[in-house]
Amino acid sequence: MSFFASLRRLDRRWIFLAIGLLVVVPLLTGFHIAPVLPSARARGFYDAIEKLPAGSTVVLAGDYDPGTIAENYPMHLAATRHLMARKIKIIAVELYPGGPPLADRVLHLAGAEFDRKEGVDYVNLGYKSGNEAVMSQMGSSIPVTFPTDRSGTPVSRIPVMKGVENFSQIKLLVSISAGYPGTKEWVQQVVSRYHVPMVAGVTAVSAPEYYPYLQAGQLQGLLGGMAGAAEYETLVKAPGLATRGMDAQSLAHVFIALMILLGNLATLPQRSSGGKA
Amino acid sequence: MHLSGDLGIWIAALLTLGIFSFLYKDNPAYKLCEHLFVGVSAGYYVVLNYFSVVKPNLLDPLFHGGAHTDFLLVVPLVLGILLFSRFFPKGDWLSRWSIALILGVYPALRITGFGQGDFVEQIHGTMVPLWVAGNPGATIGNWILVVGLLATLIFFFFSKEHKGALGGTARLGVYFLMVSFGASYGYTVMARISLLIGRVMFLLHDWLGVLHL
Repeated sequence: MSFFASLRRLDRRWIFLAIGLLVVVPLLTGFHIAPVLPSARARGFYDAIEKLPAGSTVVLAGDYDPGTIAENYPMHLAATRHLMARKIKIIAVELYPGGPPLADRVLHLAGAEFDRKEGVDYVNLGYKSGNEAVMSQMGSSIPVTFPTDRSGTPVSRIPVMKGVENFSQIKLLVSISAGYPGTKEWVQQVVSRYHVPMVAGVTAVSAPEYYPYLQAGQLQGLLGGMAGAAEYETLVKAPGLATRGMDAQSLAHVFIALMILLGNLATLPQRSSGGKA
Repeated sequence: MHLSGDLGIWIAALLTLGIFSFLYKDNPAYKLCEHLFVGVSAGYYVVLNYFSVVKPNLLDPLFHGGAHTDFLLVVPLVLGILLFSRFFPKGDWLSRWSIALILGVYPALRITGFGQGDFVEQIHGTMVPLWVAGNPGATIGNWILVVGLLATLIFFFFSKEHKGALGGTARLGVYFLMVSFGASYGYTVMARISLLIGRVMFLLHDWLGVLHL
């Protein structure tokens, strides 16, 4: 049996095992391929936050759940750290039911690191169902849409919410998104209507969908998947989970590219003979 | 190696391995994890929605608002209750009022959002200069954008047979589409591998304690 014929009969579980090893071994050994170089998209994200004056208020939308934690959590944490380091006030909201505990975690972690106080420097208003309706209503009134924070404290008693009525007081919208509702809906409902500058960190699978927004200037910056998060971690000089995972990512990609090539070569005789080989 | 002493981490790790076991073949452990996930998620969403939406946005302002009671909230309360009429075949038509409201509001919100955010802004975004003095990279990029856009649009023009110049341009549109499918596939691979890396990091770091981050 030729090499390609045996390849055609290869049990796919061997490929799963190889991918597993290519992910585990670099993580355990610290194997390093190449440094992470920030792209213009990640730099746009970074610059949009750098340009904000200290004391401004941003909305940080954490629209993801544990299903995409590997991609969204590192960028969420890095963005929160960056905002807090710049002494920018954060109003966190989540339109994914699984989002609030993750937002709490990044806010408390970064808050402790930069000595920022909950309620004074940041607040997590929590989850609200309604997707686009929530975004639209926030344009009329954020306190009416979110009458309390996640722990049930009325927003009228939260110092960071003082003077915040709607998007007029928001200097930047930071969307960390796994899909619907997320970046696309924030652009459609808020950026276009209220002209709030926006940056987004999204899952890799959805990233190509947002390039047109970036090209049209509706997004100032875009982080796509773990690679985007790693680029941003490099810019904020705080290598974290995403940077650590990039070598495993690269090795797995090379392997998959090789498999695609070999798979095509292996099935070439079959295709050229109309599937009779 | 420093095994976690946290029961939650152990449960999460065993559930992860249970789901991964499907890669070998379908088995009862996978089924158990799958059913647990569905049940726990449903319970979590019900409780979360009650405490995050129903209570602060409806029940508290309506029944505990004191002087600030908003009696208009009776309308969404009644419409919400009507949705449950679907459980009773004789009165299930009552739920149509609530569904009609949802069907009326959501398409309107989405259409206006799409019109403003995608349609107008995206057309505006393609109106780029075809000659950028001193920047050949931007000039070439803008040409690719405009040619790619027109060729792809022509590919989706089905009112005339794709022959001659129209056919050639449509064929060019197919090549642009292929490039975009390739980019999407590459990003999809990255997304899936990232998810695996995240789980492996959890198992090696949080559970087994053999990975130091």
